Amino acid sequence: MINKIVASAEAAVADIKDGSTVMISGFGGAGMPVALVDALIAQGARDLVIVNNNAGNGETGLAALMKARRVRKILCSFPRQADSYVFDGLYRAGEIELEVVPQGNLAERIRAAGAGIGGFFTPTGYGTLLAEGKETREIDGRQYVFESPIHADVALVRADRADRWGNLTYRKAARNFGPVMATAAKCTIVEVREVVELGAIDPEHVVTPGIFVQRVVKVGGMGRTA
Amino acid sequence: MKRWTRDEMAARVARDIPDGSYVNLGIGLPTLVANHIPPDREVIIQSENGVLGAGPTPAKGQEDPELINAGKQPITLLKGGAFFHHADSFAMMRGGHLDYCVLGAFQVAVNGDLANWHTGAPDAIPAVGGAMDLAIGAKRVLIMMEHLTKSGESKIVPACTYPLTGMGCVNRVYTDLAVIDITPQGLVVRDCVDGLSFDELQRLTGVPLRPAERT
Repeated sequence: MINKIVASAEAAVADIKDGSTVMISGFGGAGMPVALVDALIAQGARDLVIVNNNAGNGETGLAALMKARRVRKILCSFPRQADSYVFDGLYRAGEIELEVVPQGNLAERIRAAGAGIGGFFTPTGYGTLLAEGKETREIDGRQYVFESPIHADVALVRADRADRWGNLTYRKAARNFGPVMATAAKCTIVEVREVVELGAIDPEHVVTPGIFVQRVVKVGGMGRTA
Repeated sequence: MKRWTRDEMAARVARDIPDGSYVNLGIGLPTLVANHIPPDREVIIQSENGVLGAGPTPAKGQEDPELINAGKQPITLLKGGAFFHHADSFAMMRGGHLDYCVLGAFQVAVNGDLANWHTGAPDAIPAVGGAMDLAIGAKRVLIMMEHLTKSGESKIVPACTYPLTGMGCVNRVYTDLAVIDITPQGLVVRDCVDGLSFDELQRLTGVPLRPAERT
C-alpha cells in the first residue's frame, strides 16, 4: 500500500544532508512551507544551496534559515525587499553567495529539470549582464540565450490538500512555484493544510499528480484568513 | 512648469489600453493604472505570481495573504479569474500572449533599450524579478517614469548607462511631461502636458524628438 503521509515535519526532513540543494516554494510569504523550513532549521543541515523566488521576509521561514547561518548560496529573482534585512546583512558582509535569475528563467529552468530537458534557448536577458558568458543563438532572426536546468536534492512545498498517494491541490496565489519545484527534486516533501481520503480530490482538480511527491505532512492552516 | 500627477499619468496609460486586452502592471507607479481603466472596458490584469483577472484592493479586514500581486500587496480576484503555476505564468509573457506590460524605468534609450533593474552601484543588491521576461515577451512594452531625474537630467537617453533589462524592447514612454513613441525612425511626441512647448520639451529631453504631425 502506498502511504506518503509522514507523522511530523521533523520526520519528513530528518535525512536532508549538509550541502544539499533545496528548493523552497513561495512568492514572498504566499506558499512558503514555514513548518518544513522550521523543521529543517531544527534538524541542523548546513552549507545549503537554496532556490526560492525571494531571499526571505522578516525573520520567519527562509529568513530564519539564513539567520541560522545554514545557507551557503541562494538562487532567486528578487532578493531585495522591504523586509529582507536578514539576507541584506549577510550579503553585504560577504557571507552568502547570490545568483540572480530572471523570474521566468528560474521557473523554466526548474521546469526543464523536472521534465528531463537539458536546457533551452530563451530571449529573456539577451544582451544583459545576466546573460554574460552564456551561449547565444539566432533562431528565426531573433537572439536567444542558452539556460540550463536547475535540479534539487529536495523540494519543500506548501500545498492545500493531499491524499496518501501525494496528489495535491493548492490555494489561490500560494500555488506559484510549488508545482514546478515538485517535479525537479529527488525528494519532494509537501506540507498541507488538510489530508483527505483517496478519491476525495476530484481527478479533474489534481494540480500536482502524486508521482512527483515523496512525503506529505499535515500541518494545518496558516493561521490566517480561510 | 506643469507636470502630470502620478494618477494623471496612470489615467493617460489606461486610456490607451483597449477593451479585451491582457495586461501586466509592474510594481510601483504602473500599479496605479488598474485604478483608471474606464468602466466600459474589460481589461484582464495578469500578475506574475500566477493570477489572471486580478481585481481591486480588498476592503480592510478582507485581505488574504495567499491572494497577492507581484508587489506582495493584497488583491482580489474578478469573476472569471484563474490561478496557475509560475512556469505557465511566464509562458504567458515569453510566449507573446500578453498584449501589454507597463513597467517603470531608470532609463530608456532612443533605440528602445530599457534599464530598470539595477543601478550597478557596488553596494546595490541586484533584483530583477520578472522585468526581463516582460520586456522581451509582451506584445507592447509601455514605460511609465518621470521625465527627469532629481538632478534634472533626461531619463530618455542616447544610450543607457545603467545595466540593461532588455534591448530595443520599449514601444512607448509615458512621463510626467509627455507621451513619446520609440520608432525605427526615432522618437515621436504623441502628447505633451498643457503649456509645454515642443521646443522646451526638446531642450529638456536632449535627444532628438519629432512632433507627431510630421509622421
